[in-house]
Amino acid sequence: MEFIKKYPKVFQWLFLLLIFFGLCFAIEVPETYKFIRGQAEFVKDPNQNFYIFLGKEVRYYPFDVFWRLPPLLGWLPIWINDSLFFLMNEWLPMEFWNEDTQSYKTRPLVLQITREVTSIMTFLIELIRDILLGGLKTIVAFTSWDFVGSNSWAKMPGLPWTIVAAGAAILAYQLSGKGLALFAGLVMVYISIFGQWKPSMQTLSFILVAAPLSFVFGLGLGIAAFKNKRVEKALYPILLVMQTMPQYAVLVPALVLFGVGDHAAVIITMIVAVPPMILLTLLGLRAVPPEVIEAGRMSGCNNWQLMFKVLIPTARRDILIGVNQVIMVCFSMAVISAFIGAKGLGFNLLLALNQLNIGLALEAGLCISLIAILLDKMSLAWANKQVDYFGNLTFYERNKNAIYFGIAVFIGIVLAYLGSFYFKQGFNYLFEVPHNKGISTADFWNKGVDWIFDTFFVYIKAFNTWLIVEVLQPMRALYLRMPAVATIVLVVGAGYLIGGIRSALVVCGLTLFIALSPWWDRALVTTYMATFGVIVSCIIGFTVGTLCFQNKHSTSFMLGVCDIFQTFPSFVYLIPVMMLFGITDTSVLIAVIVYATIPATRYTIEGLRSVPTALHDAATMSGVNKFQRLTKIEFPLAFPHMMLGLNQTIVFALFMVIIGAFIGTEDLGQYILKALSDKNGAGIGLTLGICVAFIGLIFDNLIRTWVDNRKKHLGIA
Amino acid sequence: MSNPVIKCENVFKIFGSNAEKMLQDSNGNVDAKTFQENGCIVGVNNASFEVAKGEMLVVMGLSGSGKSTLLRCISRLTDATGGKIFIEGQDLLELNNKQLIDLRRNKMGMVFQSFALLPHKTVVENIAFPLQIKGIEIEDSIAKAMDMVKLVGLEGRENYFPRELSGGQQQRVGIARSLAVEPDIWFLDEPFSALDPLIRKEMQDEFLRLQEKLQKTIMFITHDFDEALKLADRIAIMKDGIIEQLDTPANIVLNPATEYVRKFTEEVPREKVLLIEDVMDKSDTKDLSELKVSKDETIENVAEKILSQDKSVAVIDNDNKIIGSINPTKIINTVFGGRKNNN
Repeated sequence: MEFIKKYPKVFQWLFLLLIFFGLCFAIEVPETYKFIRGQAEFVKDPNQNFYIFLGKEVRYYPFDVFWRLPPLLGWLPIWINDSLFFLMNEWLPMEFWNEDTQSYKTRPLVLQITREVTSIMTFLIELIRDILLGGLKTIVAFTSWDFVGSNSWAKMPGLPWTIVAAGAAILAYQLSGKGLALFAGLVMVYISIFGQWKPSMQTLSFILVAAPLSFVFGLGLGIAAFKNKRVEKALYPILLVMQTMPQYAVLVPALVLFGVGDHAAVIITMIVAVPPMILLTLLGLRAVPPEVIEAGRMSGCNNWQLMFKVLIPTARRDILIGVNQVIMVCFSMAVISAFIGAKGLGFNLLLALNQLNIGLALEAGLCISLIAILLDKMSLAWANKQVDYFGNLTFYERNKNAIYFGIAVFIGIVLAYLGSFYFKQGFNYLFEVPHNKGISTADFWNKGVDWIFDTFFVYIKAFNTWLIVEVLQPMRALYLRMPAVATIVLVVGAGYLIGGIRSALVVCGLTLFIALSPWWDRALVTTYMATFGVIVSCIIGFTVGTLCFQNKHSTSFMLGVCDIFQTFPSFVYLIPVMMLFGITDTSVLIAVIVYATIPATRYTIEGLRSVPTALHDAATMSGVNKFQRLTKIEFPLAFPHMMLGLNQTIVFALFMVIIGAFIGTEDLGQYILKALSDKNGAGIGLTLGICVAFIGLIFDNLIRTWVDNRKKHLGIA
Repeated sequence: MSNPVIKCENVFKIFGSNAEKMLQDSNGNVDAKTFQENGCIVGVNNASFEVAKGEMLVVMGLSGSGKSTLLRCISRLTDATGGKIFIEGQDLLELNNKQLIDLRRNKMGMVFQSFALLPHKTVVENIAFPLQIKGIEIEDSIAKAMDMVKLVGLEGRENYFPRELSGGQQQRVGIARSLAVEPDIWFLDEPFSALDPLIRKEMQDEFLRLQEKLQKTIMFITHDFDEALKLADRIAIMKDGIIEQLDTPANIVLNPATEYVRKFTEEVPREKVLLIEDVMDKSDTKDLSELKVSKDETIENVAEKILSQDKSVAVIDNDNKIIGSINPTKIINTVFGGRKNNN
């Protein structure tokens, strides 16, 4: 009793668990219940119930409401889909002048707009691709085929790879220094020699279009949100959902609006890349000291001058960190967009994975990873670079990098020209190494994979079986055994205990949305996989982080490793696990664990590091030993930050679980993948994405509220 | 005080959503406590004063006393909730945005506690910034800024970035920037509070030198009473948004108006603050010793000489005319008397 008086919260939690388990045991599994593998809405079965809302018929298997709620939101995906269709094809038809047929044509407004946007995007991508890879389409777009035919100079070749490599190295040198320049040069040479030039440049051109556009929109919206509270309030929920929505899920509606191909991918990339830019712009502008703003005002700035001459330059670093984020998101989207037909490295990777050619996939994956690291390092170097003063330098000193680049262009052209004599037959390797005509190590890797399978097959298989039979299946069964009512009580109760009535309501709303959608069972499977991944990741991350923290060098080493791994697009992680574990749930879970361990480790280290040195010293002077200091001082103080790490871990795990559908899982991700190839999939894909985002947001809300309260309690808010 | 440069009439600044209505209801009798209970925080409470041309008014108060808020009302960085503020006879609160920007571009300069320099501009670019904002050609503005660099003694560092300067040097840039447009009114918001004591003293001396040369109308905010005494023509002491006393340094030390003010004056070394003029006896000009002292000397400087005399000492003004006398006993009483034993 004393104990309960001292810790009233413990009693409350125990009570909540008691109710939860009570409900679980009290509510029997209905005899007719089975995990439905097909999509219920396409099965016509006399056992199904149905209702009609807004003219949409929803079919479902009825259960006791305590066991599973009826899918009262089942009409939503169909409705979204039909609305989109209506918008695209019927709403507000208008007359538009058609350039080709020289006549007016009636077209719905939205369709016309999307077609216009599409053609602009296509043009931009083609333009940059022409510069990097050679081609005619842009010039043709400006003029005509006849013009190109009569002017032979217009048949512009792309830049030889030597020039692009030199350019990358020089840019890296200017941004950071010799180290990064060397790395940039080597990456480019590697890409070229291994015959990944063309897809890499396709991906790069994709980023060169998507990133600047996302930057402009993000900055603009960020400024608007900074200036106007109402805009911020309107944007906030969208930003939140976008942060936790799997990138994969947004692809589906884009397909409907913009079709298949690079342009659709660029547009959808912008939708994903703009939110972090908005957030970081807002963060940066907020962090400008009020006195600097006042100094600007007292200098007589009008609003425009204040924004562009005072606020934005002062917030430069945060905004450029936003650019870094934008570039990384664009890159990872460039890879994932392969699903909707974007060309480039991602497409090759997808192809190789589909053919189970692990060697090729590994090469493409390595290429992707290297470019990701390069882009990340370069954009970070840009953010951290401080402005220099050029006033008293000579012309040469001021422009030496441009001059070097000019020299590199000249040498590159000369080399390519000479190469055209040397490599008379076949390909001019000094101009461009064609795709898959470079050195390839694919065979080596494929043999390696075969060898691993031959040698370790028994062990891997045994591990696989053990994991699936002894751990995963029971865990999955347990999750599916939860009656919906019990789950909701548990989640809402947790919300109430952590953040009071407000949190409880938010969490309740999010959970109900999922429960009333037709995919509650799938959501449970997603949650079970994510839970498993998160638990293992947290144990590993926590242990590794704590151990590394004991030594300064290992700390910075580990943070560096986390940095590098974090830049890889999530898709890349699937390659090695498929290589080792084949196509099973185990592979997905291991990818989830590897991916989600990154934030777990990072936040553990950062949390421990954030403990003030003064406290550290005070503890040491009180005569604690290392272990006591860890348990009595560092862990309690670092714990809130580590919980934020848990939050990130959950988001990362969810993302990976969803992408894991590519390997084959039976969760929400599987349906998203299905929706991608479904003509009427837009609504389903979007709703599924929102479901996943809401799973993330439920945990996000609970953890954040807890952390805020805890920080206030500890006085470190 | 026929033509005050700055004139405040019953200025109120109250933070909170329903501040204006509450102020109207209160009829000018603002009680901080009742306002706080209704979710309003009183920043400035009924401030009325004038600052004459070329005068330096120092506003002194501890943190949260409303001194910075008062300054921001007068520079209209925030809008006052009630009352009237006149700048050279112009009603500040009536100005539209364009007129306000014009006023700031030509008449006002401000120095900030944390320097508030633009991190992406060099020293000279920072100083030229207000000029460029005004629309002056880049070359002209840089030339003018270079004059300012010389004025504050930063020659040779004009191409440094703020991050490469020490605190004192950064504040010199801040001062130069605020002076670049040659304003008539100069606001300084705790300009030396972020500096080390030694640098602070150096900057105060530098500041006095500049003011002697420029003769600006100044509002200077500080939480340091010694600094206020050293610099001020007049001091306004603020507490909880109310101006407790507004007077010359000598009068504040000699005749504190409230208990709160008296506490500040207790520890003040009077011999450093008071001038002979403040303590002399005007009526008694007979039977004086040979020694003559100027009325503008501090007691500290001449105390030893006066104490060596038996008779009263003559006090003279700038024209060498005797205007009063001072008795050695008076010196002793002023410096040592009326302090602890009064408690």
